[in-house]
Amino acid sequence: MERIPILKMGDYLLVTVQVDMHDRLATTLQEDLAERIVKSHARAVLIDISALEIVDSFIGRMLGSIAAIARVLDAETVVVGMQPAVAITLVELGLALPGVRTALNVEKGMEILRRSLAEEASGGASEAVIEESVIADAE
Amino acid sequence: MTPGARTTEMIKKHEAEILQDWLQRQLGAVTVRSDLMKKSELEEQSRALLSGLAAALQRGEVGDIRGPAWGPVRELLASVSQTRALQGFTPSETATFVFSLKEPLFAHLQKVLAGDAPALATELWTTTVLIDKLGLYTVESYLRSRDAVIQSQQRTMLELSTPVVELWKGILALPLIGTLDSERTQLVMESLLTRIVETGASLAIIDITGVPTVDTLVAQHLLKTVAAARLMGADCLISGIRPQIAQTIVHLGVDLGDVTTKSTLAGAFAIALQRTGLSIGRATPRTS
Repeated sequence: MERIPILKMGDYLLVTVQVDMHDRLATTLQEDLAERIVKSHARAVLIDISALEIVDSFIGRMLGSIAAIARVLDAETVVVGMQPAVAITLVELGLALPGVRTALNVEKGMEILRRSLAEEASGGASEAVIEESVIADAE
Repeated sequence: MTPGARTTEMIKKHEAEILQDWLQRQLGAVTVRSDLMKKSELEEQSRALLSGLAAALQRGEVGDIRGPAWGPVRELLASVSQTRALQGFTPSETATFVFSLKEPLFAHLQKVLAGDAPALATELWTTTVLIDKLGLYTVESYLRSRDAVIQSQQRTMLELSTPVVELWKGILALPLIGTLDSERTQLVMESLLTRIVETGASLAIIDITGVPTVDTLVAQHLLKTVAAARLMGADCLISGIRPQIAQTIVHLGVDLGDVTTKSTLAGAFAIALQRTGLSIGRATPRTS
């Protein structure tokens, strides 16, 4: 049966969707991913959907539920590389994926994950760094 | 004899005379617009219409101008009304061009069928119905070409009114001007998302200074745009909220969710810089 490969890299799991997702493939991915997170003790999941050109409400909901499942298993999920047309479709379908973190490309997605893992490790230290960079008064 | 057969015969026989007569009448009429159109062009159009009419009648379909026999005439009328619409003719002036053919045709029919009153009545009626149909068709295609002009102008306006500018590396601004309807939102969304991909921006500022009113529908469209940008990994700020608009938003009970809003574009830009870890400072100390 056709499957979407899940790659492990350190604490991260990488999923790259290279084919058009059909319903069966999405449910299989959800099951596989849940299993792999538990088995490999992954802390973060990155799903690259830059090759995905067509989505329907089922796939949209699936992305949301994959992220929710990963969160329950204490792994951060970020969905990267969404095409503009896909984003518009999802919004028009009323699926804004509120619980899912997103990034423009794999690089930025990895950065988000790395930062949030570091944040967890140091107890929210990087949050404070952001607040410190105060804008000097332009006057 | 079928109705229309005598007219067909008559036009075939006297085509040149009818054309001369028709041209003279058109040029002598008060509705002639020599300021918009040259005499030669009018002659050309008249000749083409009359010969097209003769050819179509010859094929024997008097009643149905939507039929295949009338294809060339329909095309001709469509192109005539299109050029006239662009030249600035009014719809009635354009239709008059077709209706004015009645006078010379009837005059010739009267001459040919002088002794046969019932036949004359039938032929006149058939011809009237036919020319009326052609005239109405002309008006229809005139309106169609006008609609096409309006639509293309609308498209141009839409494109003009949705620029996406890069304020800083990674910070985009989208100054919206005019009301947001669903069609426009779609376009705004598309251009914003495309620019996000192009520039790799992580922040976008939607400035609504130029949006006259924000009702629930407009707010919904704004939130849609924000949601779509978020799916692409870019956060949105909304700026340019005038006091009036802030009041309307609250009175209508519009929920802007967790979108950061600012009253000025400068304020939003400051937040954007802060979020990307940049700051603006004075290059030289103030000397006052």
